[in-house]
Order: sequence, then structure tokens, then C-alpha cells
Amino acid sequence: MSKYLLGLIGNQNCGKTTLFNRLTGSNQHVGNFPGVTVDKKSGIIKKFQDAEIVDVPGIYSLSPYTSEEIVTRDFILHDNVDAIINIVDATNIERNLYLTMQLMELNKPMIIALNMMDEVIANGNYIDVKKLSEWLDTPVVPISAAKDEGIFDLIETIKQTLKQPATIKNKKAKKEYIDFCEGSYHKCFHSIFHLIEAKAESKKYPLKFAVSKIIEGDPIVIKDLELSDDIMHIIEEIIQVMEKELRTDRNAAIADMRYSFIEKVCKDCVVVKQEVSKQQQISEKIDIILTHKYLGIPIFLLIMLMIFWLTFNVVGAPLQTMLENLLADITHSIGLGLKNFHVSAWLYSLVIDGICAGVSSVLSFLPIIVLLFFFLSLLEDTGYMARVAYIMDKALRRIGLSGRSFVPMLLGFGCSVPAIMATRTLNSEKDRKMTILLTPFMSCSAKIPIYGMITKFFFPNHATLVMFSMYLLGIVVAIISGLILSKTVFKGDSVPFVMELPTYRIPNAKSVLLHMLEKAKNFIKKAFTIIFIGSILIWFLQSFNFSFNMVHDASHSILAHIGHYIAYIFQPLGFSDWRAGSALISGLAAKESVVSTLEVLAGNKGALGHVLTSIFTPASALAFLAFTILYVPCIAAFATMKQELNSLKEAILMALYQTGVAYIVGMIIYFVFNMIL
Amino acid sequence: MNCNMDCKNCSKHIFTTIDEMELHKKAMIIKVGGEGALRQRLLDMGLTPKTMVEVNKVAPLGDPLELKLRGYLLSIRKADAAKIEVCYV
Repeated sequence: MSKYLLGLIGNQNCGKTTLFNRLTGSNQHVGNFPGVTVDKKSGIIKKFQDAEIVDVPGIYSLSPYTSEEIVTRDFILHDNVDAIINIVDATNIERNLYLTMQLMELNKPMIIALNMMDEVIANGNYIDVKKLSEWLDTPVVPISAAKDEGIFDLIETIKQTLKQPATIKNKKAKKEYIDFCEGSYHKCFHSIFHLIEAKAESKKYPLKFAVSKIIEGDPIVIKDLELSDDIMHIIEEIIQVMEKELRTDRNAAIADMRYSFIEKVCKDCVVVKQEVSKQQQISEKIDIILTHKYLGIPIFLLIMLMIFWLTFNVVGAPLQTMLENLLADITHSIGLGLKNFHVSAWLYSLVIDGICAGVSSVLSFLPIIVLLFFFLSLLEDTGYMARVAYIMDKALRRIGLSGRSFVPMLLGFGCSVPAIMATRTLNSEKDRKMTILLTPFMSCSAKIPIYGMITKFFFPNHATLVMFSMYLLGIVVAIISGLILSKTVFKGDSVPFVMELPTYRIPNAKSVLLHMLEKAKNFIKKAFTIIFIGSILIWFLQSFNFSFNMVHDASHSILAHIGHYIAYIFQPLGFSDWRAGSALISGLAAKESVVSTLEVLAGNKGALGHVLTSIFTPASALAFLAFTILYVPCIAAFATMKQELNSLKEAILMALYQTGVAYIVGMIIYFVFNMIL
Repeated sequence: MNCNMDCKNCSKHIFTTIDEMELHKKAMIIKVGGEGALRQRLLDMGLTPKTMVEVNKVAPLGDPLELKLRGYLLSIRKADAAKIEVCYV
């Protein structure tokens, strides 16, 4: 256990992660805040081993409306944080200080890390750090996280602040409150201050924070404080008097008070020679092209296409082949070893076909995940991701999502696993869930062999058309699902789309690398068990019969028997053959296994075409294809769904929904094409 | 900028909402409408009365807007922009 707990808090795009990496090195632990899928990164400060620092997601305010904001509040209020490190983007100081104003109300020791000071100075501007520190009554340390400047000073200041005796800290806390409010607001604030003083103290709420939140009408704080109706009534009257005097409402009054104070501070401390900085000028020039009326969307699609090409072909394919060869070699040596020991056939099969195959299937996702997240963090860190959300927002709004969901859904065409992982960047719980649910409908690359097999035997002259239609089918189903769900299950207020478009910056190599590793590590750690168990289960079903004897002919296995049973279910889809049913079950392990299972069950390889044409008619082959694309994603995707939803129940419900949709669509397709073909 | 914010009785200034604003022309925010999370968020991001704001760009599909205020860029949807009243002063 470390002696001190620090919270690193700041706006989005202010260099927070870069500073965190500077402070902690690669010694980081990533987890979730309790109950929500909000990343909680923590690490020990390299040059101050007594202190553990927690990186909280970037926020703009402490309002009770997003899970990130609530998590941050709860963390500072209830986790015994010893001090807050508030990182402030010096190039955008006005808006950044708005959060600072609210953090000050929390009555914790605080240090302001004034980041990107190098840019401010390079632009000929100037911030009087000493004056700023006096105004805010908080130590301010100018730094540049990207250039590794001022970090030593920051750590020294943290040490000093923490070592201040408690009496001084308390004294400071006592004099804090009046500094920045004036007039009617001030009057209102103090009247309420005295009314709730005792209650807030007993509930361990920082008084000033409690007062502003009551004025803002924060339902969480009001509920926590358990104020009597009488007091609430008096408070309401006090607020109404203020509203009348200021000729505005309470929320606007508070925001205005904070910003007015900031404007005053900035007027005194900030000297602006160059209104629009060099970086902003460059950004505007880049945006002329990237958010251009006609070029913006084609360029975005081109960038995505390039990422796909690099991930799945140029770099990813050789990496994957290398990894597969390596794993095959290892499996081979293990197999030889086992044979040397003359182990029984079932144990050999368990190790080789079950365990080794399972581990290989987990690891085979790694190159894709690492590469995709390399590119994604480039997009995110440069500031381009916000532009994507901006240009694609309108397209997704009708199905109840925002532009931010576009990239994860697009990634779904490559692989659902990283696509679902990428939903982590969505700041609305509702958007995240819906995107997780809809993304697997995008036809992933593992389904291509299935298209290949079916078109080869049934539609040799229309292969492209069939494939294209299937991709389109996935998209259409996702859109219809989105339309229906956004009006039923996912009804209600969405997080408003009010998004900063940050200045473009060159990403920090270390941050990109760490992000990549973190995602890979997270995937292995979290998804491993489910994928592993799933693969062994499928292996077991394939290799044993009901009397738990190993079978040599797959048609006697448990899987084949289950295939017989579920064959009836698929009668309305036009294929009621046990081999099709078995293939669909093994497709759970990985979609491409649908093909290999059918090959195995067909007996010899040459018979596949013959068997397929005996199982399917062209219409039912289409229904089978449609079902394969839409039903429960593979175990790896399911495991990721569970992890990102943080709920097994929800993941199962979603999988059931997807399978239900697949069934209905398959049935419709069979019905329609049975008449046409 | 000698405006008494009394827009109903004002004949000097042109009064409108952000979604109707001309590109690259600065205006002063008079009133921020909407409610709940949306309104709080708009205020938090610095869209407070008396702030100068400018529409910098419109997204390729015609929505959302890109605003410039307090020295940074902010994107909001037209429907939400319609709730913010401004005045060319």
C-alpha cells in the first residue's frame, strides 16, 4: 500500500494520459471503477514511490449527468484521496479552469499542473504563474508533459503539499469559500451555506460543493444530504430570489459566476499577443481538407480502408501467419512429447485439439487487436476521432446513436472483438450498449470463408452479388434494429452531443504504445477464460459421445446428436440437417469453423459439394448464410461483449436477441427466395 | 458592446439563434434554452450569456455545427443550437 493516494483530473485532450505516463512509467494497472465500465488507471509515481496516482477519465465538469463525471466525484469524495492533481491546458485556459473552479469546492489539497506551457511561450504569449497561483490559492506548476519539462518541479510540489501539517491544510480550508463569488449569487450561496452546514458535515460532504450542487439542482447530492422538506422549501425561495435579482436561472447563474471569475483571473494573469496560436492555425488548415464539405467523408473512408488494408493484409497477415506457425510448432512439439509418454488418446486430444487449439484461437486475435488499436490511438491522439464523430454524426442520429459510434461499427467489418473494445471511448452508456449490440451484425472477416463455400457450390456465377448482398443485409438489419431499439429498449435521454474539436497534435509515441499493450493485455486477461472454456467445451462435444467415450467418427459425437435435435428448429429456414446444425454450433468457437466442421462431417473432402447440395436448396443456402452472419457472434466476441458490458446477463440477452433476429431474417429469406429461385 | 440584453425592446441589434447565424460572423449569447443534461453541458462548455460566439463551419452532411468560442472549437447539433439565442452586437 502506498502512503498517499492522488487523483489526476482534467479536461479531455489536455495531455492527461501523457502526464500520467510520464509520472508512472510503464508501471500501470488498468481496471474499472466499481460498477461501471469506466477505465481506472493507477500507478506508482516513479520518483516518489510513496504516492499512487489514479488517472480519471477526462471530464469538463462535475455535473451528475455522465458516468465519467459521477465516477470522478465519488472517487474524490469517498476514496480518501489525499490530493488532486488538476491538469490544465494552458493553451485553452479559460475553459479548463471551469473544472478547476469546481474541484476547488471539493476542499482537498490541490496542485495545478499547467500543461503545454511551451506552446504558450512559443506563441509569444505569457501566463503569470505566480499571480494565477495567488488568485486560485493553489500551487501552480508550469509543465510540458509532451516535452518532459517541469515534471520534477511538479513532483516536488506534490511532496510539499502532502507534507504540509494537517493544521495548515485545515486553516486553508476554512478561509477558502468567499473568494470568487459576488453580489446576489454570493448572498444566496451563504444563506444556503448556513442552512445545510450541520447536515453536510455529518454526511461528510465538502460544504461548498454541496451548496453549489444544491443550487444546480443536483439530484444525487440533494438525495444524499436528506434535507427536510422545510429546509428544501426555504432553499428554493432563496434561489428564486437570486434568480429574480440576476434575471436569469440558477444553472446559468452558477456557470456565469464561474466563467466571470475566470475571465477576471485571465485578464490579470494571461497576456495574449497572438489570438490564434500557430497550432490552431495549422489545425484550421488541416480541417479545410479533413472536414471539407465534399472531401471530408471520402477521405475518412479512405483512411479507414487503409487501416483495414494494413491491419488485415500488409502487416497483419504476415504477423498472423508467423504466430500461427509458431503456435503450430509448439503444438507439434507438445504432441511429440505426449506421444513419447504414451498418454491415452483422450488426454492427447484434450491437450492438442482442446487446450492448444483454444489457446491458439485466443492468441490469433492478438495481431489484429494490437494493430487496430495502434491505428485507433493514432486517430484518437491526433484529434481526428472527434472530427470523425463530427462528420458522421448526422448519419447515425436517426438510429439513436451519435457520430462517435461510427468507428467501432466500421471496425466490425474487420473483427467484432476490437470493434466492441473500441466502444470504450463512447461517453454515453446507452450509445455504448447499442453499439455493442449492433456491431456484430457487421459481417466480419472470419465469415468470408463461409461466403466462399456457399457461393462456390450454389451461386458460382453470382458470387460477388451474393457476398455484397450479405454485407448489405447486415447493415440493413443493424439499421432496422437501431430504429426499433432506440424507440423501445434504449429509449430515453441520450448524452447530449456537445463535443470539443481539439487542436491537432502529434501523438506521443509512448502513449500510443502503452495504449496498444494495455488493450492486448486486457483482452488476454479478461477474454481468456471464456474463450478457453468455450473452445474446450466445443472440443468435448465434437470428440465424445453420450457415454463419454471418445469417437473417431464425428457423426457419432454429442455435437452430431445435438445437431440432430436442433435440426428441427431450422425447418422453417429450409435446412433441417444435423450437419448444418452441428456446423452452426461449432461456429460459436470461431465463425470459420462452420466450414471446417461441414468438411469434416461430409466425410471426405471431395464430398462436400455433394453433401451441401443434398442439405440445401439455393434458397435455404441463402437462409443459412444470413443466419450465420447474424447469429451469436463467436465466443471471443461474446467474451468481449461481457467484459465491456460488465454484465454476463446483458451479454446473454444480447446474444439471444442477435440469434432471434438471425432466425427471423433467415426465415423471411427462405420464404421469399423459395418462391423466386 | 453596450447592450442591456433586453432583446424584446431592442431595435438596434439583430436577434437570432445560433443555428440561423451567418458563417464567420460573431454574435453575443443572450440566453441558453433547453433543459437538464443538455443545458448543463452547454453552460459547462462555456456557452454562457454575454459570451461571443461564431459559427466556423457546418459538417459535410449539413449538421452538426462547428462553433468558435473562448478560443476553442466546439461542435453542437443544429437542433440544440436553435435553443441558444444570440444577438449581433
